[in-house]
Amino acid sequence: MWDYTDKVKDYFFNPKNAGVLGEANAVGEVGAISCGDALKLMMKVDPETEVIQDAKFQTFGCGSAIASSSALTELIIGKTLEEAVSITNQDIADFLGGLPPEKMHCSVMGYEALQAAIANFRGEEWHDDHDEGALVCKCFGVDEGVIERAIRMNKLTSIEQVTDYTKAGGGCLTCFDKLEDLLAKVNGELVAEGLIAEHAAYRIGGSDAAELKAKAKAKKETEKAPVREVAAAATSPIAPSSPLPPPSAGMTNLKKIRLIEEAIEELRPYLKKDGGDCELIDVDGNNVMVNLKGACMACQMASVTISGIQERLIAKLGIPIRIIPVKNHAH
Amino acid sequence: MRPVYLDNNATTRVDPAVVDAMLPFFTEQFGNPSSIHSFGASVGVSVKKARQQLQQLLGAEHDHEIIYTASGTEADNTAILSALEAMPGRDEIVTSAVEHPAVLALCQHLEKTGRAKVHYIGVDSLGRLDIEAYRNALSDKVALVTLMWANNETGTLFPVEGLAELAKEHGAVFHTDAVQAVGKVPIVLKGSAIDMLSLSGHKLHAPKGIGALYVKRGTRFKPLLRGGHQERGRRAGTENAPGIIGLGKAAELAIEHMVDEQTRVKELRDRLEKAILQRIPNCFVNGDPRERLPNTSNIAFEYVEGEAILLHLTRQGIAASSGSACTSGSLEPSHVMKAMNVPFTAAHGSIRFSLSRDNVPEDVDQVIDALPKILEKLRELSPFWAGANKDPNDFKPVYA
Repeated sequence: MWDYTDKVKDYFFNPKNAGVLGEANAVGEVGAISCGDALKLMMKVDPETEVIQDAKFQTFGCGSAIASSSALTELIIGKTLEEAVSITNQDIADFLGGLPPEKMHCSVMGYEALQAAIANFRGEEWHDDHDEGALVCKCFGVDEGVIERAIRMNKLTSIEQVTDYTKAGGGCLTCFDKLEDLLAKVNGELVAEGLIAEHAAYRIGGSDAAELKAKAKAKKETEKAPVREVAAAATSPIAPSSPLPPPSAGMTNLKKIRLIEEAIEELRPYLKKDGGDCELIDVDGNNVMVNLKGACMACQMASVTISGIQERLIAKLGIPIRIIPVKNHAH
Repeated sequence: MRPVYLDNNATTRVDPAVVDAMLPFFTEQFGNPSSIHSFGASVGVSVKKARQQLQQLLGAEHDHEIIYTASGTEADNTAILSALEAMPGRDEIVTSAVEHPAVLALCQHLEKTGRAKVHYIGVDSLGRLDIEAYRNALSDKVALVTLMWANNETGTLFPVEGLAELAKEHGAVFHTDAVQAVGKVPIVLKGSAIDMLSLSGHKLHAPKGIGALYVKRGTRFKPLLRGGHQERGRRAGTENAPGIIGLGKAAELAIEHMVDEQTRVKELRDRLEKAILQRIPNCFVNGDPRERLPNTSNIAFEYVEGEAILLHLTRQGIAASSGSACTSGSLEPSHVMKAMNVPFTAAHGSIRFSLSRDNVPEDVDQVIDALPKILEKLRELSPFWAGANKDPNDFKPVYA
């Protein structure tokens, strides 16, 4: 069991502001049951002053997730949205007297829920990056989808680059093996597509976890140096000139649907080989409704099939896609 | 508050009789069993007796078929590496997706380093091995089949004797990780097709740090630890005499308690399980309800996370464990729950209660009293609970 501070335990066993806030006019929902963590933050904001008058939460998660959610509500009540928007996940962790490194993602979830709720109040769209494959970096809550997309879009070829672009691996680095696997896998695909040279592609064993940790430590020391030196140290030839574009940038709905159809067509022979099939029913944003047919429908491995199709679509489209199996009543 | 320990699949309390048996071997009987003088010789005699006690528990034909190790993990690693080395020309391993990390992590390493091709056989929603896939994976390229006797999380039993017969048809070595099974289910190795079997002392009321590997006479074997001639040259290193003697005594006690394990402990487990299912909505049992260890009950609670349940249980003096890996640093459900396709709505909230002969009816009462309130409290906090279907007539366990 984790070595939680007394304050974490107190906020877990006696959570403040737990429950549903009926008068909420700003709601942020992040995480997913598949990730093992989900938080619904409800706030009552004064439309005139933008002061957060009340806040409540509901959390599905571990001890530190519940404690972080409760701490978040304590931190934001009485603040204006402008003040609240600058609250970081570190503020949540500090409020609780610290969290185990592996549980820092719980505070990140609180931060994300707050951003989502504020965006909701302001009528803006907020992207939840969860639900894109397995969580890889637990310190920073970065999942497979985000990492794969960053590698692909920026043609990243080293673990350090992946950390710079996604934060994954910037903490305890216990995700080193997974990062290696993802980097080698996506680089292999990029080589096959002629997008990077074979000699530049990352190979398993190309980095040493201990060396990376030592470098990160040295870099941290550098960051404590004066601002001008930091700027110099952070400049890298591979640094992007602009932040990552939004996931669905540059893709029309028509193109998206065509690519989805193509991907399903490519998979069809494999499904048919096992006596099944998959039919595209509808596309709603990034939700793709499919009808599994034949052996696929009754197969106890249906969820594996679905995640396989989902992986294929994400790889092909380069955007987060969720496959939802539905029965096709129209046919 | 009365402490209730229901995490016996993690480790067991060392039986006082085992401690008594071990104590002289720390003090007056301190000799090295390999020495020929009287100090060593008397210890050697006791080590031999302990080996016979373990032989009896395993139903092995010869006492020298047992090699002592420092843990179940060492036994598993020795078996796998030995089989690969001893079977030149064969470089495939067949195992299951639900093995203990002591087997899985090594197999993955061997695969990653190109030393072996590994077939991970899947399981169904009850955790039962896909026999058809197993048959298909077997060939004359397979050096080793390594399949667990009982799953540590769900208690589901694999029909290892039959699986071993199938492996023998292809000339493969058959190893079983029986760490959770030994002492809980009757085992007779004599006459079986099982070549190797791993066990660990601390799962059957012996201390931590002592394990054993059974290697059937005639099985080609390559040692993992090389050095002295201990264990007939098959495991170098001075024998852990107190541990070995403790394990011997624990084996003797396990034989005595086998009926209690199969009847009284099982009844306690069943009473606990039944009461939980009756009093708490939206939960179900993970694992094979019939072919299962008598002491293990793994229950999935929908819409709550395992660690949160455990923290509340711990506060009430109750020790259990979680199938959610969140407890160990990952947000993913355990590989066993994933392999069984337990829905995410429930896999994160799986709790394992594992009993032993030390448990009494009051332990079960205490859990039955505490758990419904804990679930109620946590579900009130869950954003998913309000939308859940709570009609018991509609609710169906994943395997129904």
